Amino acid sequence: MRKWRCLICDFEYDEAKGMPEEGIEPGTTWDDIPDTWTCPDCGAAKTDFQMVEAA
Amino acid sequence: MSSATMPQPAAGEWRDSKRYLWLFSIAVMGLPLLGYGLYQQTGWSIFWWYGPIFVYGVIPIFDWLVGTDTNNPPESEVQALVADRYYRWAVYLAVPLQFFTFVWGSWMAVNGGLLWHQWLGLMISVGGVSGVSINTAHELGHKTDNFERWLARIALAPVAYGHFYVEHNRGHHVRVATPADPASARFGESFYRFLPRTVFGSVKSAWEIEKQRLARSGAGPWTWQNDNLQAWAMTVVLFAGMIYWLGWLALPFMIGQAIYGFSLLEAVNYLEHYGLCRQQGLDGRYERCQPHHSWNSNNTVTNIFLYHLQRHSDHHANPTRSYQALRHFKDCPQLPSGYAGMILLAYIPPLWFRVMDPKVVSHHGGDMRRANIRPDLRDEVIAKYAAAA
Repeated sequence: MRKWRCLICDFEYDEAKGMPEEGIEPGTTWDDIPDTWTCPDCGAAKTDFQMVEAA
Repeated sequence: MSSATMPQPAAGEWRDSKRYLWLFSIAVMGLPLLGYGLYQQTGWSIFWWYGPIFVYGVIPIFDWLVGTDTNNPPESEVQALVADRYYRWAVYLAVPLQFFTFVWGSWMAVNGGLLWHQWLGLMISVGGVSGVSINTAHELGHKTDNFERWLARIALAPVAYGHFYVEHNRGHHVRVATPADPASARFGESFYRFLPRTVFGSVKSAWEIEKQRLARSGAGPWTWQNDNLQAWAMTVVLFAGMIYWLGWLALPFMIGQAIYGFSLLEAVNYLEHYGLCRQQGLDGRYERCQPHHSWNSNNTVTNIFLYHLQRHSDHHANPTRSYQALRHFKDCPQLPSGYAGMILLAYIPPLWFRVMDPKVVSHHGGDMRRANIRPDLRDEVIAKYAAAA
């Protein structure tokens, strides 16, 4: 499971945790998140995220 | 290219009509020098005031004459457009000229034998350059490249606003168009009420953001890892060096130009999100920032001098997108003139309210519960427009 961080605001998406409140189940990999998804904090596009941890 | 045989009418034929015009945003950093040249030629003291004359006079007039440009680059061209290093150099080169103007201006203020009103005009003109430099730093500070991020902080040193780099990305972009954002203006809030709130609020917020980040790795805020301390230290070193060279008389000039410079930036902040508000969901979380949460303008001339900052909706949706590729969105809130003209309006609150308040009300369809309103006016405003609807 990996973590991805927003390059603008530092929000982190953790694949292990997902974002159930947004309908993204725990364990959802980054690749399976739609390209139209944006940073929940600052609205930056999915392409503005960078992988920070590959555990 | 696999697409070579595909019929793509726009590809290859499209040319960026602003390509060479971006060089003006380098030239603007030398305006006080041009003013000095004009003063030498004519002997007219008015040219010490060339900075504000340009920002408040020349740009709004040319905005009006030249009009708007809603052209967007075709999607097929965006990748090449963004990869073209030319556009980055058109930003980098603004920084050395900005520094030259700052150093020259400080020297002139101390050694030029200026009359008080000439000194003041020079201070405001150099301060204008420092204000525009925050826009340069803004364009650089959103990039992921280390060199650009450093250059952003260097550009912020003369204007003493180094914390902007932290606050803008991790504060403003998160809380934009909510009551919690110091840099989003509220309905009914005049520029003069907004200014102290945003200046002090931004410093406080930037400090908290870095404190929290450092705490995650077990460090306190008083470390050189603190981006704010790094950035402020650059200002201290720069100002100390100038005082060592020119004497203490340089200090009031440097402080004065910095205050005017960041006030100019805050006037732009004031108009970018005035009265607009993201709605809160049942879980208390704000909806994502969308195109209708920013005021936009397509006035060509101001856009040239501000790296398309006025295409503000696209900027919040795609913060790392380079300026040359920012797009005009249909159906997003539009200001009645370019930012330069709107700043003038912001300085005169009764006029500002008369022009902008109806626009905010109609944007929200009269339902002002959906607006970002000055808290002490909130109930009154909601009732007033609900009655009128």
